[in-house]
Amino acid sequence: MKPRRRKNVASYVALIPAFIIVVFAYLGTMLWTVQISFTDSKLLPSMNFIGIRQYERLFATSRWIISLENMVIFGIGLILVCLVLGFLMAAALDQKIRFENTFRTIFLYPYAMSFIVTGLAWQWILNPTLGVQQYVRNLGWTNFQFDWIVQNDRAIYVVIIAGVWQASGLVMALMLSGLRGIDQELWKAAQIDGIPAWRVYLNIVVPMMRPTIITSVVLLSLAVVRVYDLVIALTGGGPGISSEVPAKFILDYLFGRSNIGLATAASSVLLVIVLVIITPWLYYEYFRPERAKGGK
Amino acid sequence: MKRVTRVLLGAVAMVGLVVGVAQADPQKAEVFHWWTSGGEAAAVQEFAKAFNAAGGEWVDTAIGGSGSTARPIGINRIIGGDPPAAMQFNTGKQIDELVAQGLIRNLDDIAEKEGWKAALPPAFYEAVTRDGHVIAVPVNNHGQNWVWYNKAVLEKAGIAEPTTWDEFFAAGDKLKAAGIIPVAVGGQPWQLNLMLNAILLSEGGKDLYLKVYKDLDPEAVKSPEFKKVAEIFGKLRDYSDPGNPNRDWNVATGMVISGKAGFQFMGDWAKGEFVLANQVAGKDFGCILGPGQKNFIMGGDVFIFPKLKDEAGTKAQDLLATVMMSKDAQVAFNAKKGSVPVRLDVDNSALDACAKIGVEVLQDPDKQIPAADILASADVVQSLTDVVAEYWANPSMTADAFIEKWNTAVDQAK
Repeated sequence: MKPRRRKNVASYVALIPAFIIVVFAYLGTMLWTVQISFTDSKLLPSMNFIGIRQYERLFATSRWIISLENMVIFGIGLILVCLVLGFLMAAALDQKIRFENTFRTIFLYPYAMSFIVTGLAWQWILNPTLGVQQYVRNLGWTNFQFDWIVQNDRAIYVVIIAGVWQASGLVMALMLSGLRGIDQELWKAAQIDGIPAWRVYLNIVVPMMRPTIITSVVLLSLAVVRVYDLVIALTGGGPGISSEVPAKFILDYLFGRSNIGLATAASSVLLVIVLVIITPWLYYEYFRPERAKGGK
Repeated sequence: MKRVTRVLLGAVAMVGLVVGVAQADPQKAEVFHWWTSGGEAAAVQEFAKAFNAAGGEWVDTAIGGSGSTARPIGINRIIGGDPPAAMQFNTGKQIDELVAQGLIRNLDDIAEKEGWKAALPPAFYEAVTRDGHVIAVPVNNHGQNWVWYNKAVLEKAGIAEPTTWDEFFAAGDKLKAAGIIPVAVGGQPWQLNLMLNAILLSEGGKDLYLKVYKDLDPEAVKSPEFKKVAEIFGKLRDYSDPGNPNRDWNVATGMVISGKAGFQFMGDWAKGEFVLANQVAGKDFGCILGPGQKNFIMGGDVFIFPKLKDEAGTKAQDLLATVMMSKDAQVAFNAKKGSVPVRLDVDNSALDACAKIGVEVLQDPDKQIPAADILASADVVQSLTDVVAEYWANPSMTADAFIEKWNTAVDQAK
């Protein structure tokens, strides 16, 4: 017992630097940010507390409300479509087809590109006077219309399209490794029982892949909360302010508009949202080992 | 004994070295700015050349990207106690807090010696003065309310240069009929805001402009004159093309250059694009301050000089400030930058036809109008760009709703 304890002390000592970094660099800056959000800081941080005035202004600003709505629309759209597409692509690749490596590379390739490149490419493709619309019109269908990117109420869906194009490859890779982890005996058993493949997928495979799906959802959710560069390159937040997102709001107020107070208030709201997303995930992670133990 | 001598000799040598270096050293000044694009970099080189010729040593710290990327880096250095000798800011209220914290040198002595007050437009002198002290050097004067047009296109459609808004819209109708996009609009918030300000000044006039931006007067915004401005701005939607959202300003300028579009509202930096396309001001392309009342919205950049601990650095700052404001450096720098010199007493014969129009208008102090950034805080001005962009992109939004949002935004941000 004794030596083990000494070893523990040593490892705790070794962990002190990491602990200090976590406390000061992560928790410290977070708390500082929240604290600043209750002050009237403009260009420079000040300690002149004004209560929740920044939050009142934040939620009275239509751009912030639009940003939050867009985040929800973008989030639901991106996660749902990515999961479905990613799973279908993975299931298709799992049929032991030829050239699997080639397809995998093609599907995963967009993920290796930066959002700025993705955004710019799609901006040109979707621009009504340069891209697809003009091309089809030049072919003779002069009434063809595909100008979502310049429509107030559609622009955010264009962001989803570009986001899906980029992120579904990652989901496919995760799903594929999940599918490969499933015991082949299960397929044989299902075949003997004469169960159609789609039912096996839906009723057996998908429930078994819960951890993979949760990992995908968490990764995609974080991408949703952070989304910034894609919008910058694709729509610039426009037309008008119709495709603004929270991260862009924060950066604009932090730098261009020298209003640290309002920017930190917005980041604190975002922090709460992130916590709401990852708390269930942490909860799940903490309980999984116990369940695994209980199963054995 | 021997050892002591040796140590002493060493010490003497070291002192000699230090003193020697100090004497041979030119006056070194690190200059922090974000002018990195072709024309801008060439312009800033003119300052470097002039400073080096005057016995200084220009240490260039250029941060790529825009001011909003570079500014926080520079501000952090100033607050952190490692300031550059000089740092660029946009003319306006960006520097107020740094000045209030006592981090910026005052340049009263140099300004007085060099007669800045007499040389500068009063609005610019005021823009670099806080509590009666000069705290920055203005270096350029960018006109923000220009309308550029393609002369050949207008001639072909039989249109004379419009002098009123009615004539402008009549011209737009003719262009439309000829299959040309009347106005090349870049639907990014800051560009739309420039366009609105140009209309506000030419249609509403100087007094309304100042009431709206300087006094932030909600009653002025509710006035029928401002509503007219909002309506003209809204009407321009019908004179642009569907591809305008998120279009870069230089792409819009390109549409005018190629004759796809007739007019563009943009600051004088657009001239650089025409020049790159080998077009000549007054011959291939025309420029209007207006249409309507002719005034000149002045914006630009300043350099501030953070307080330094060492005297040598402070002396180098003195030299740098003097050089930047000198007549020769002003002319050389601004010719490449596309702006007009901040000093009104320089030789303007080398300027192009459009800059000459600008300089002529600037001779009348009544027509020197400070840009919105000089009059109101960044928070107010940029929160308003959101409102303007929202109004532009949503044709079903009425002028009254726009006015109400405008006042709400000002109320929250001021």
